[in-house]
Amino acid sequence: MGSGIGAAMAVKPDLKIELGKQGVFVTTISDLYNWGRKNSVWPMQFGLACCAIEMIATTMARYDLARFGAEVFRPSPRQADLMIISGTVTKKMAPQVVRLYNQMAEPKYVIAMGACAISGGPFKQGYNVLKGIDRYIPVDVHIPGCPPRPEALIHAFMTLQAKIDEQPLTGSERPRHLDAEAQGEFPIPVQGAHDLEPPVNRLVWPLPAPAVIGTDAENCG
Amino acid sequence: MTATAFKSYRPPIIEADGDGEVLEVAMGPHHPSTHGVFRMDVALDGERVIRLKPVFGYLHRNHEKIAEKGSYLASMPYTDRLDYFCSLTNNWAYALAVEKLAGLEVPERAEYIRVITAELTRIQNHASAIGFLMQEMGASGTPLMYAFREREKILDLFEELTGSRMMCNYMRFGGCRSELPTGWLEKVKVIVAGFPAFIDEIEALLTSNEILMARAQGVGVLTPELAVNAGITGPMLRAAGVNYDIRKVDHYGIYDRFTFRVPLGDHGDIYDRYMIRVLEMRESIGILEQAIRDIPAGPIMDPKSKIRGFRPKVGEAYGRIEAPKGELGFYLISDGTSNPYRYRVRPPSLINLTVLEDMCLGQNVADVVLIFGSVDIVLGEVDR
Ligand code: SF4
Repeated sequence: MGSGIGAAMAVKPDLKIELGKQGVFVTTISDLYNWGRKNSVWPMQFGLACCAIEMIATTMARYDLARFGAEVFRPSPRQADLMIISGTVTKKMAPQVVRLYNQMAEPKYVIAMGACAISGGPFKQGYNVLKGIDRYIPVDVHIPGCPPRPEALIHAFMTLQAKIDEQPLTGSERPRHLDAEAQGEFPIPVQGAHDLEPPVNRLVWPLPAPAVIGTDAENCG
Repeated sequence: MTATAFKSYRPPIIEADGDGEVLEVAMGPHHPSTHGVFRMDVALDGERVIRLKPVFGYLHRNHEKIAEKGSYLASMPYTDRLDYFCSLTNNWAYALAVEKLAGLEVPERAEYIRVITAELTRIQNHASAIGFLMQEMGASGTPLMYAFREREKILDLFEELTGSRMMCNYMRFGGCRSELPTGWLEKVKVIVAGFPAFIDEIEALLTSNEILMARAQGVGVLTPELAVNAGITGPMLRAAGVNYDIRKVDHYGIYDRFTFRVPLGDHGDIYDRYMIRVLEMRESIGILEQAIRDIPAGPIMDPKSKIRGFRPKVGEAYGRIEAPKGELGFYLISDGTSNPYRYRVRPPSLINLTVLEDMCLGQNVADVVLIFGSVDIVLGEVDR
């Protein structure tokens, strides 16, 4: 992408409509590129627990995810660019999930579906349950619920499409696959003596900012 | 079949007979056909399976330990998440165990409601199981679409009754949580009246389908002796020709009031397992019709039952039902406190998987996917 293309080149909506009336189609590279990407998301055929059944229901006759250009669930991560974490991730399964994520082609996205995928959900007390997959891989959309209804998954899908649509192709906000420096593979945790090692991936789950007490007069006031 | 003496069983050892090259393949834990997160370590001589080790635990969620920490009622929603296709039958099995422990009586009307919800659950479970089996055979879409179309109708009923599509947390110790919504039974009647046509449709599509017959007949045979010795239950056991249905032998609830037959297979292969599920759906429709016809008015909870301060006396109990996948049992020990001292689930899915290696030995690797699909498991129940 040459600099300047895509970024800050948005055509004024009024002008676009006016030109359209004259039979002239005007767009930008980024609009066209994002339009293509957002309408051809290929999810991976990958289920973990109860939520996966609702994910399957979403693709079936009544909810028909095919309407969103995401019909083909791919059995291999190499052919998929959306991972729907549908269900409980256990510590035994987490390394596999990260490995599959690493194997997916860029640009790639993650939807965390359901309470378990987000936080461990009802099984959070369990020693073997991961307290949220976003500790290891970046999650684009979280869906609360236990299980979320198919409509909620469709909503998450539309949210992801809106996110893709708004991505500029250049600048610091550009997507990871256009940034040569960005990291698309993350370390796969291993089973340690007591827990997964490392317990979190600091790149996607940074330490909370240290609380600063007593330096700011306003805060202390 | 009458009681068979228990024999210790060892799977036959199959030696590689080719050039000595044995290929070990890990199918899963992420594999499109493993129904979730399950691994099979398969040793292959060419295409032939010579060893198969199931590897469990990728969905171990500590259900039993969590239940021992919470009150009796608190683990009711967790039972929904065991076999997430059959939350209502899971509720029932657990409620039955606690009712035995606490000596509660379930009113007539609640018993009928339980039968209606359980048989609806059985129909949607079997329909989905057949759909997934065909999916694994390569019939990508159509049978599963049909199955889920029917399933959605049942889920609509469940949603109206319980407030949730899948996690139907509805049964309580000594009865049911709430009275039926107005007009609900009429809706059930209409939907049940439509099921025979659906089963005819599935049968027209599949029963004498050449591909199904070629790939399922004589494949993955389970002998009645092995089935009994390994503790297999449910449609898998009956497909092997063993006449054992807990609804008939244990008469839990009010099943002795309904006329229905127990379909039996005689080859114990994948095809019989498919056929048994079709026939069981037909019988379930019969039970539903009788239950809707006979349901009395009256209370739906035992007045002795209480939500707060529920402390069964010291003792132990085992409650079991014929869940769609087989014998689902809950074993509870009470020490008189408000949470169970020991809480143990006897899951049909896990125990039915123990003969997976025996059914797969000597078969082609492509058949493993089908044999596994015909067991009809849910990983939430296998690993718990
Ligand atoms: S969020 Fe609820 S429905 Fe989803 S996997 Fe967890 S327990 Fe199951």
